[in-house]
Order: sequence, then C-alpha cells, then structure tokens
Amino acid sequence: MAELQKLFDAIVNGDAKAARALTEQALADNVPPGEIISGYMIPAMDDVGAKFECEDYFVPELLLSGRAMKGALELLRPLLAASGTEPTGRVVIGTVKGDLHDIGKNLVTSLLEGGGFEVHDLGADVSPEKFIEAARSHKADIVALSALLTVTMPAMKTTVEAFCQAGLRDSVKIIIGGAPVTAQYAQAIGADGYSESASAAVALARSLMGNN
Amino acid sequence: MAVDGADELLYGRAPFPLACGLGLTIGGGQVYPEVNFTLPAIMIDSSNWSAIIKHYQEMATNILKRAVTLRVPGIVLEFELLPAMTETPEWGAEITTLLKRQLEQAHSRYGLRSALRVTPTDMRDQAKPPILRKGAPWEQLSKSFEHNIAAGADIMSIESIGGKEVHDQGLMYGDVRAIVFALGVLAPRDMAWLWKHICEMCAAAGVVPGGDTACGFANTAMQLAHQKMLPEVLAAVVRAMSAVRSLVAFEQGARGPSKDCAYEGPVIKAITGCPISMEGKSATCAHFSPVGNIAAAMCDLWSNESVQNVRLLSGNAPEAYAELLAYDCRLMNTASARGQALTLRQWLTESDEWLSPQAAVLSPEATVRIARAIVAEQEPYGRTVAAGRAAVEILREGLASGQLNLAAKERDWLDKIDRELDTLPPNGEDLRADLEDSFGSLYDPASYGWT
Repeated sequence: MAELQKLFDAIVNGDAKAARALTEQALADNVPPGEIISGYMIPAMDDVGAKFECEDYFVPELLLSGRAMKGALELLRPLLAASGTEPTGRVVIGTVKGDLHDIGKNLVTSLLEGGGFEVHDLGADVSPEKFIEAARSHKADIVALSALLTVTMPAMKTTVEAFCQAGLRDSVKIIIGGAPVTAQYAQAIGADGYSESASAAVALARSLMGNN
Repeated sequence: MAVDGADELLYGRAPFPLACGLGLTIGGGQVYPEVNFTLPAIMIDSSNWSAIIKHYQEMATNILKRAVTLRVPGIVLEFELLPAMTETPEWGAEITTLLKRQLEQAHSRYGLRSALRVTPTDMRDQAKPPILRKGAPWEQLSKSFEHNIAAGADIMSIESIGGKEVHDQGLMYGDVRAIVFALGVLAPRDMAWLWKHICEMCAAAGVVPGGDTACGFANTAMQLAHQKMLPEVLAAVVRAMSAVRSLVAFEQGARGPSKDCAYEGPVIKAITGCPISMEGKSATCAHFSPVGNIAAAMCDLWSNESVQNVRLLSGNAPEAYAELLAYDCRLMNTASARGQALTLRQWLTESDEWLSPQAAVLSPEATVRIARAIVAEQEPYGRTVAAGRAAVEILREGLASGQLNLAAKERDWLDKIDRELDTLPPNGEDLRADLEDSFGSLYDPASYGWT
C-alpha cells in the first residue's frame, strides 16, 4: 500500500499528473476502485480540507488538490458506474438569481466533489425554475444555494418557496451559505441547513445524507 | 508622470483638479466626503418600487442634513445602481433625478457644493463566456449610461469586468500567468473599447467620465486574502498590476475622480495627475481592509464604499457614515490649512505601511516606483509585468530590511510569484497562445477585438 500512500500524498500536494499515474497503477494492480476512493482519495481531500480550515493551505492549494483528485477519479467513474456504486450524494449547487458572485460556491463544489459527492454546478444568477429543473433531472439529494449580497438573499427564500410550490420540497434538502447569510436566516426561510465555510458545507452535506 | 516625486502626492491636491457639479473642484486643495449608500435587503421589483424610492429619498435627505450641520465644504454622493436598476434603465434614472434634485435644493438653500456620481452595473458577464461588445447586456448598460446622463449625473463611472472571467480562475489557482493575461491583455482591450464609448456619451452631454476600478480583480484578491483564502503577497502584487488596466480609462479620456474602490488610484494620480477617490478605515460598513489609514494618504475624495439604509443607535447608517467621513475630511483639511498635510500624510502612511504587504505597495514612495515602472513600458502587457516586478521588489526590500514580517508560507508564495513572472513570454500574444488550452474556453475572443 506504499503506492497508494503516494496517491494520498499526490492529491494532498496537488500533483494531478502523479495522482492519475498512481491511480492507473493501482487499477493495474487490481485494487478495488471503492478502496482507492474511500481509503485514500476522500481521506486525502479531508486532510486538504483540514489544512485549509487551519490556514495551512490557501484556496489555490485546495483547488489544485481537488483538481488532482478529480482527474484521478475520472479513471474510476466508468468502473463505479458499471458496478452500480452510488456517490455519497447528488448535489445541485448555484448562486441565486440576481447574484453573480461564485467564488465561495466554487470552493464548496470542489470540496463536495472531493468528498465523494456528484455535484452539478449551475453557475451564478440561477432562477428558482432552473434549480427545480436541475434537481429533477439529476435526482438531487441536496440543493445548495449561495448568495453574497444582502439584496439577493431574498432569492434564497423565493427558491425555497418555489420548491414547495413544485411539490419537491420533501424530496430534497436545501442548504444555504454566503457572506451575509446566517443560521437564523436559514431557519427563517425554511432551509434545512446553513454552513459558514466550505468545509462545514461538506460536513453538513454528509450529515444530511446520514453519513457523519 | 504627472509628479516628479512622492512628496507631490498629497491628499486633496491633484496636478489637474476637476471642476464639476454644483461649484465643486475636486483635487483643488481640500478633501471632500464621497458618501455611497444602498438599500437594505429588499426585492427590487415594481411592486416594491415606491418603498425603494422612499429609501433613497430618506438616505439623501439625512446625508445632506448631516453635511450641512457639519458645514462640510463640499460633498459627492455616489449612486451605485443595483443590477435590476441597470437592467431597467428608467428605474436607475428615476433615482438619479431624485438625488440630483436633493443636491440642487441643498445648494440653493445652504450653498452646499456637490456633485453626483452614478455608477451603472457592468452586467456584461451574464453569459458564460461573457459577451462584452454586443447583445442585451451591453445594450442595457449603454442605455443605462444614456438615461442617467440625461437624468442629471455629474460624473459617470463603472466597475468594469472585462478579463475577470480569466482573472477569477487565475486567482483561485494562484496562477500568475493567467492573472497577467487577464490584467495585461484582456482587461486593457475591454477598457479601451468600453471607455471610448463612455467618454463619447459623456462628452456629448458635458458630463464627466470619472473613471473605473480594478475592484473585481484586486479587491476580490484583497477580500480573499482577508479571509485567509489567498496569500497577502499575491493580493499586493495583483493590486500593483491592476493599475495598468484602470489607467486605460484615462488614456481614453476619463478625467477622474477614479472610483472609491480603486485602491490603485494613487498610481493613476501619479501618472495622469487626475483626482482620485479612495476608501479605507471609514468603509468598514462594507468590508474590512489592512490599508485603512494609508488609503487616505493621497485621496481627493474620501469614501465609505457602501452603506445600507439601516437604523443604528445614532440614526440611519448613511447619515452616520456621512458624519464619519466629514470628520475625517475635516482633520485632513485642517492639517492642510496649517501647512501640515505632508506630516499627516506621513502618519497615515507609516501607521499601516509595514503591517501588511498590501499596505507596503500603497505608500507614496511605492506608488511612484510602480508608476515609473509602468510608464517605462509602452504596452499594457509590458506595463503589467513591470508593475508586478516592482511590487515584488518593494516587498523583498521590506523583508530584507526587517520592516516587513511575512509568515513562511507568504514568503514561499512571494518566491513563486517571482518565478512565474520570470517565466512570462516577451509579449501578450505569446502568452495568449501559451494559455489557449487551459483558459481559451473561458473568454470570447470577439469580445476583446479578435476575429
């Protein structure tokens, strides 16, 4: 397993080439894909998330690690699909209508993917209708809403209400985040959770999926 | 260069002052407050429109009441349009008319000198990749300029976003080459095109084309550094490099004052001689920064960035921040009147300069070094690289002298930035070719003038 430890290190160090090469080697050595992911890749990203939270890593290091994992994961996806292995959860994420900020959302996306979630990023300025359509088509477990302006926060409430009106509210968990957002606001608009950081968003998503 | 040395860069004084609005001369010897105000959390649509108008009426009334009470020698109000007000130009224009009427009343009743700056939202990045030179967003933006000019704006500005689609990606991955491509190649191309149009619209109506800001580039980096998401040294180098794209507005005819959130303003002032607006310690209603005092050192307008119309213990927040700015300006102007402007400027500078790399590149001396590096080159790409190198040198000298303390991971990043600047090709077209595979899909070539 020394080679797989090197895979862990390659992801932590953001070395996409090495991560991919070591994954190819692991597959050639008949290591089960599930073991590669849950034994080494997800723990590597958890380590990266922890380094980011304690300010050892900046965002570039985090995203380069995320990119390294994603590149290696592409080798495993067909094998996982063939074996019927499900992701940790399916997430639809976007910045709400009227808001063009997306950096925080992109960080959450990267960490969720690193945590084994299948993430569908709708971008910025996303209408409630688009969130609903994406949640339906991707069979989302979680809908994650981001807003960076106080004047666009009301669009989070509108989106939650739209899910109620569409009869989808009970089939998804809705979580919110962004600089002006608070836990109180999440409660007030009927969201299922709020996270104040990208790492906390992953922990929240895991707990909502029942995987603490 | 419009100045020979750092001592000529003083607050309140610009080599080329600007007369505008109702009897105001910006950069003519005094610093004036620029009060920037916005709505609380409220949906902007026709059903709420009367409430929205009421908010702006209240904000302007209270700000001007405070200004008159405190006997400010002059004031600028900035109306930053929210996206919905730019999308529906008539909405923005209605508020501009209301604000201008308030200023005219205060002028005729109390002799308050003033000007109104109006800043439409640059909505051209709605598409991915952004389409900058045609289509509905550009048409709405252009109409918004026309409507607000006709409605009574004295100064027109914008926080333009050309190149941001690549810059954001570059910032996120700490990719200096991508950042230089965005700031040194893409952004200047968009600035030249956009500001040609803005200056033409303003000239036709006798309105001042004020200036732009690298807010979407350098302030994004600053805020991410504040949140410990990016290294401070990267934010500092980006700040220096971003002056080049903001300068292009002036090459097209902008006359100042540059936008309050253009912390690169001092470099603009050193090169063009035009007055600048700055924000710092009194902008905490909007965001925090490591340059609260030093940002005032060379300002001609002193701003609060943006404050919502919410109730504080004293009164409404816009009125409270108008007072805060008024007192800041009063202190600066009193020091000037007593011949002590240079001393106060020095204190404002020294109190911040070596406590953050971002402050270190904003001192008057650093400003002149970066400005000289810029004007020694001819093209935006070379200027951007030169500004970056000057910023790295300033930080290295600070480290070597022991004045600047950096954590090991910041020092590592400074080395990385230095190395990446050294790997850059000699011209922007070569860099564009180098980055085509990794960044080509992020931008629309036609939006930058390439066929």
